[in-house]
Amino acid sequence: MLKPDRPVGIVGYGAYIPRYRLPATEVDRIWTNGQGGTPVREKAVAGPDEDVVTISIEAARNALARAGEVRPSLIRAVWVGSESHPYAVKPTSTIVAEAIGATPYTQAGDWEFACKAGTEAFQAALGFVGSGMARYALVVGADTAQARPGDDLEYTAGAGGAAYLLGPAEESLAVVEGSCSYVTDTPDFWRRAYQRYPSHGGRFTGQPAYFKHIVAAAQGLMAALDRQPSDYTYVVFHQPNVKFPQTVGKQLGFTSQQLAPGMLCNEIGNTYAGSSLLGLTAVLDVAAPGERVLLVSYGSGAGSDAISLLITGAITERQGRAPRTRDYIARRVEIDYATYVRYAGKLIM
Amino acid sequence: MNVAGNWRLQQQRYRLVGEECEKCGTLIFPPRDLCPECEAPAKMPYVFSGQGEVYSYSTIYSPPRGFEEFAPYTVALIRLKEGPMLTAQLTDVESDKVYIGMPVEMVTRKIQGGDEGNPIVYGYKFRPAHLG
Ligand SMILES: [Zn+2]
Repeated sequence: MLKPDRPVGIVGYGAYIPRYRLPATEVDRIWTNGQGGTPVREKAVAGPDEDVVTISIEAARNALARAGEVRPSLIRAVWVGSESHPYAVKPTSTIVAEAIGATPYTQAGDWEFACKAGTEAFQAALGFVGSGMARYALVVGADTAQARPGDDLEYTAGAGGAAYLLGPAEESLAVVEGSCSYVTDTPDFWRRAYQRYPSHGGRFTGQPAYFKHIVAAAQGLMAALDRQPSDYTYVVFHQPNVKFPQTVGKQLGFTSQQLAPGMLCNEIGNTYAGSSLLGLTAVLDVAAPGERVLLVSYGSGAGSDAISLLITGAITERQGRAPRTRDYIARRVEIDYATYVRYAGKLIM
Repeated sequence: MNVAGNWRLQQQRYRLVGEECEKCGTLIFPPRDLCPECEAPAKMPYVFSGQGEVYSYSTIYSPPRGFEEFAPYTVALIRLKEGPMLTAQLTDVESDKVYIGMPVEMVTRKIQGGDEGNPIVYGYKFRPAHLG
C-alpha cells in the first residue's frame, strides 16, 4: 500500500465536460440501422475549439477556485494524464501550467497509461507532496477519446476531464488514507504509433482485464486498511459502459446506492483518463464530512489504482466555489452524427 | 502570425494578463506599457477576472483563412467588468442566442487549430456566464 509519511489530501478539485451530446441511438442509426444495442444513453463530445489542453485548463481553474488562497506559484508539479494529448511531441502540461500561472519554477509532464493515466499522476503527486518536496501538486485526467467509425467504442468514447490539487492534509477537503495498484501485461486495448484509432481485444476486455485488475486493487487496498465495503459511503470505478461498473461493484460487495452518485457514464460516455476522476468530482460535490470514498480506476494494458479517501469538514464550504459536475452535465446540447463527425475531426478537409 | 509572435502574446491570451497604471490606477488591456489616461509608463501586471458583457457583435459566415474550422462563429466587442474593451470570439453559444448586454466569462480555447506542421494557438474566447 502507498501511504506517505506526511499526510496528504485533496485541497481543491474541478470538473469539466463539453456541452455537446451524441445520443448512442445516432451511432446505431448510422451503422446498424437502429438494430444494435446501446451501451450508454449518450456521450459528451468536445466542440471544434476544444481539446485535452482546454479541458484540462478549465478543470484546473475550477480546482484552484475551490482551493481558495493557494498561490499558483506554489504548485510544484502540473501533470496531465491522457491518451489524446494534442501533440505527439510537445507537452500538454506546460500549456496548462502557463494558463493557470504555475510557470516557470514547476515540474510539468504528460502521463500515459490508457484510462488510468490520471490516477497514476495522482499517486505520483501523493509521493511528491508526501515527501515534503512540494507543498502542492496539480494532477489532471482528461481525454477526447477517438473511436473507429462504426466500432463498438464509438457509442461510448467521450470527452471530459477532472483536476485535483493535492496538498497538506490539514488544508484538505479529503484526506488520502492509502492507495494500491495492481498491474499486469494484458493486451486488451492498444494503439500503435501513427494509427488514428485504437484496436481492442473484443471479449478479452472483460474478465481478464477490467474485472480482474479492479477487484485485485480494491481488495488489496481494503485488506491493507482493514476495511469492508460497508465502511464506504461511495465507490467510484472506471466507467467504460454502464454494465461493467455495476457488475464489478456487486462482485466486490458494494450496493447500487454506494455506486450511483459517481456513475456518469450513461450521460457523458467513457471519458477515458477522465472517467473515474470525474466520477469522483461528482461524489465530492455531494459528500459530507466523515464519509469515505473508494476510487478504483482501470487502464488497459493493464492496471488499476485504488485510492481511499476520508472527507473532512472543509468540504462543505468549498463545494460551491466552482461549477459542479452536474452543472456541466445539465448544460446539454444534442448533436446528430454529421455534426459529431465534423466536431470530432473525422472529416479530412 | 508567426510562432514567435504568438508566443509573445501568451500571457494576455491565456489568462488575460494586462496592466495597472501605478500613477492613476487605470486598468489596461491589452497591455501597452503606457497608461491611456495619464500617459504614465504602466508595467505592473494585472490579471483580469474574465467577467464582462457583450457590447456589440457580428456573426462570421465566411471566415478568413485559418479560421474555417470554427465557422460560423460570432465575434463580439466585450466590455470587461474592470472597464477595458476587447474583441474576442464567442463560444459555446448559438449565434441567435447572443444579445447586447449578455453576461459572458472568459475561457481558454483553440484560436487556430494549426495545420499539420504548425503549432496550435490557444487563447481567450468568451461564453455565456455561469455556463449559460
Ligand atoms: Zn494612468
